[in-house]
Amino acid sequence: MSLAQHLPALQVVLPLISAPLAVLLRRGAVAFAIVTAAAWTAFAIAIALWLQVAADGAISYHIGNWQPPWGIEYRIDRLNSFVLVLVSGIAAVVLPYSRASVEREIPRESHYLFYAMLGLCFTGLLGITITGDAFNLFVFLEISSLSTYVLIALGRDRRALTASYQYLIMGSIGATFIVIAIGLLYLMTGTLNLADMATKLAAIKSTRPVLAALAFFTVGVSLKAAIFPLHQWLPNAYTYAPSAVTALVAATATKVTLYALIRFYFTIFGESMVFKSLPLPEIMLVLSLFAMLVANFVAIFQTNLKRLFAYSSVGQIGYITLGLSFDSVHGLAASIMHLVNHGIAKGGIFLLIGAIVATLTTRQGMPPAPTFDRLAGLAKQMPLTCFGIVIGGFSLIGVPGTAGFITKWHLILAAIEKDQWWLVGAILISSLLAVTYVWRFVEVAYFRAPPAGSAPRGEATYALLIPAYVLIAATIWFGIDTSFTVDTALDAAQLLMHNSR
Amino acid sequence: MNNDKLILAILLLPVFGALGILLARRWPNLRETVTVLTAVSLFAGVLQLLDPVLAGLRPAVALLEPLPGLPIAFRVEPLGMIFALIASGLWIVNSIYSIGYMRKNKENHQTRFYVCFALSIDAALGIAFSANLLTLFLFYEVLTLITYPLVTHSGTEQAKKGGRVYLAILMGTSMLFLLPAIVYTWHIAGTTDFRAGGILPGDLAPATVVALLALFMFGIGKAALMPFHRWLPAAMVAPTPVSALLHAVAVVKAGVFSVVKVVVYVFGFDILSGHTDWLIGISCFTIITASVVALNADNLKRRLAYSTVSQLSYIILGAAVLTPLSLVGAALHIAAHAFGKITLFFAAGSIYTAAHKTDVSQLDGIGREMPWTMGAFAIGALSLIGIPPFVGFLSKWYLISGALAGERYVVAAVILVSTLLNAAYFLPIIHRAFFRPAHDDPHHRSGHGEAPLPMVIAIVLSASGTFIAFLFPDIFLRLARGIALGGTS
Amino acid sequence: MFGHFSYIITVFLMVAGLFIIIARGNLIKKLVGLSIFQTSVYLLYIVPGKLVGGTAPIISPQYTVYSNPLPHVLILTAIVVGVATLALGLALAVRIREAYGTIEEDEILARDHVVVAASHEEPV
Repeated sequence: MSLAQHLPALQVVLPLISAPLAVLLRRGAVAFAIVTAAAWTAFAIAIALWLQVAADGAISYHIGNWQPPWGIEYRIDRLNSFVLVLVSGIAAVVLPYSRASVEREIPRESHYLFYAMLGLCFTGLLGITITGDAFNLFVFLEISSLSTYVLIALGRDRRALTASYQYLIMGSIGATFIVIAIGLLYLMTGTLNLADMATKLAAIKSTRPVLAALAFFTVGVSLKAAIFPLHQWLPNAYTYAPSAVTALVAATATKVTLYALIRFYFTIFGESMVFKSLPLPEIMLVLSLFAMLVANFVAIFQTNLKRLFAYSSVGQIGYITLGLSFDSVHGLAASIMHLVNHGIAKGGIFLLIGAIVATLTTRQGMPPAPTFDRLAGLAKQMPLTCFGIVIGGFSLIGVPGTAGFITKWHLILAAIEKDQWWLVGAILISSLLAVTYVWRFVEVAYFRAPPAGSAPRGEATYALLIPAYVLIAATIWFGIDTSFTVDTALDAAQLLMHNSR
Repeated sequence: MNNDKLILAILLLPVFGALGILLARRWPNLRETVTVLTAVSLFAGVLQLLDPVLAGLRPAVALLEPLPGLPIAFRVEPLGMIFALIASGLWIVNSIYSIGYMRKNKENHQTRFYVCFALSIDAALGIAFSANLLTLFLFYEVLTLITYPLVTHSGTEQAKKGGRVYLAILMGTSMLFLLPAIVYTWHIAGTTDFRAGGILPGDLAPATVVALLALFMFGIGKAALMPFHRWLPAAMVAPTPVSALLHAVAVVKAGVFSVVKVVVYVFGFDILSGHTDWLIGISCFTIITASVVALNADNLKRRLAYSTVSQLSYIILGAAVLTPLSLVGAALHIAAHAFGKITLFFAAGSIYTAAHKTDVSQLDGIGREMPWTMGAFAIGALSLIGIPPFVGFLSKWYLISGALAGERYVVAAVILVSTLLNAAYFLPIIHRAFFRPAHDDPHHRSGHGEAPLPMVIAIVLSASGTFIAFLFPDIFLRLARGIALGGTS
Repeated sequence: MFGHFSYIITVFLMVAGLFIIIARGNLIKKLVGLSIFQTSVYLLYIVPGKLVGGTAPIISPQYTVYSNPLPHVLILTAIVVGVATLALGLALAVRIREAYGTIEEDEILARDHVVVAASHEEPV
């Protein structure tokens, strides 16, 4: 067998090996090099897999050559090849960035552990995405979660510890709910292979254990993906984590759990069971609206920029679940493309905020929180950084020419298809709320006078700016050339809807 | 170069111009030279397209497809040609004027000013050449955002507040109304291309037609239809060259241009006939109300702003009446108002620069100090009132003829009444400037003389434009007739 | 009734664990609750794998009824995950105690609040 046939395994195995290597070598620079190389290779593999799936259809890879349903199967189709590109792409951008940012935020002696954890974190996320085995999914979920707890706790503020603890409790409850759901499904079907499970479930849909499994799974994922109102862990975790971690987690972790939700709903339980016989779409619709309106509204009143965009994330997750609740091809496609469209915009924004924090940090001091009184008049000193945040903000608003607009278009189209004009209004009002919070930043950074007695600071270093601008440029690119996002999302949505009918 | 490539070259030119301005930021003379050169070559480029368009060709080019079946595409048709000619032609004049204004008033951030200006013109041309609603919407929003730094140029608290109103109304209307209108159009028509005779299916329920038209008309906030007109006076905190070119020409004309385009090429006359009475009502109301407000405004720029609000509704009215003649009037008025109003704003800026006066009541006797400026002001005002031999007369003539042809006698009456109102708010200024003795005002020295030379040159150029366009309206009329044909399939 | 005996225990442990997590403010006690909660899942998986009279799944002509080994293997993994979570949680509790001097949730919140009130802005 040639190497190319083993790409699905290498996708996970390479980053997985990089983590212990980083720990064994114990040198910050070496650890950085290894994990970065792993991330870049993973990105290249993900693109190769995406191309292969686009050309030849789904790939099934049998780990250790054990035939499914007994062995673990990695199954890559249009949907998860898309998410793989997102996760590995974000990791490939965040890692080079983290070198410059971590130096100012984390003590030197624990650098190698940081890189090891980062490696584990995106290994877990890639694993969740690629695997076709239910229990394997849980294991990867815990690998990524545990490493995320550690990464968040590395923040210098002591509240990072409580944020991490809170996330650990809520995340573990969520993961346990998911494993209960998987257990119930296993009891009913006797298989853990997702595809096999789906066929066996067809006969016993609407039995009580299966419904219970659906309920446990939904709640568990909602906790992990910070679906309103189970999002309480998110603002603190994003606010106090080290900048690079915030960017990685915000851009990928919630997206991957949402991917798992889509996968279970459409591939396993089936669209007809989830959306037709239960009031789930209605519940999801209401919660999404609350997320979009309440979380975006709360974001307006934050004074810490990281926290502001953290609440904005809760609102944007609302867009994704709103798309799901439509139960239509356009709605589902909007959800899928927003995984990437929001991921890159929010990742870019958090990287730039990290650049501000790093630049404001004095040589020995603690990194300061990016509060509005510190950011006043910052656009004069850091024009590129502030401009980048504004562009990222445009994507959150959904200004045409940015990736966010493409999602918004499909959401509105899905709402109009259902003749739900009031929903169109709700979607647009939530983007007006986004205008408001983005403009709070604009007015502070561009119009307010800098705080008295603050030392003049220069622009952030290029090591911080270039990775961030890669993502910001991507938000523009995916607003104009959408052959990657829209085509894949529409394809995936059609396949999912078709197969689950 | 073939015409299709030329469109792209025209759209890229201001972007490169902006880059050049940025690179030359340390050498003001070089920077301003780059601006003027870009403007001149842009105008030359647009002129290259004029002959093919007059000959009936429709140069077109399509780029990427951000949404399946919905490309970013450009197609030059007569209405877009009028708009592009005006925007790019007056940019030359305005650049000359800006040099004088910005230097004399020692404004900060001049590089940012010129860069944003070049990009604004680019966005305006993108709107002018857009081949479908998506492209139009894209450049419409870009124009809003790129003019925001120009509106808030001074960075003061007042500028920030003005910027807020500007953004809130323009973004708010375009997002809440225009975007759903476009998506709905796409949903029912399966296309958003601008086509002669409209693209909407003929069997739409009347209520849907009215609702969709309302979404479009109020969604295009740049057309300043009441009650969404407040952004225009708020934008007057900007430096005067911005008010002159953007808020008398490029931005507001982008608004009414979009209105006409939607009426003619998305709906078409057939579908709309009988459903535009409410629109006629609102635009008549806007014309009269805004004129009355202008009458009572003492701040000169505010008076001009409300005058603009009122004049824009002439164009909407011309489109809403749905007769070929009124449409010709509307298209011609896009040009006529542009020449007239830019002259008036230039004059306001010159007065501010030379004498530091901003209010109408301070202008007694200023005509003797600044004969060129006030002479040009008088010409611009007379043109807007609609007195021959200036181009404003022609556009009003067509508007009234169109209204009569459509048997809309009320509309004709409103236009005549508003002409009287125009005269009532412009003529006193001219009277004060030339026939009243100067005050002995301790705060404002007299003997300041004319504004700097570049400003005087620009103002004379734009004022003579109103006269030349009256003598040779042929090009505009030929283009305008081309549009009128587009309304009926 | 008796046939569902194991499920009743499972549900009892599950609810008890969740209750402790929610009701207790002490960070260690919360972790105890979390462990109990996770333990209930071990039970959920393992019990159905055992058949009455079944033996270990080593094929032999003597036996015809075997227990399913897969749940045990799965739960071994889950136990490892549970232990790791617990260890990490305890480590965090230690760090929190070092930073705040307490592991009571309300006191921690109060201390952060005091700092915020004193400095009128987010402390670092």
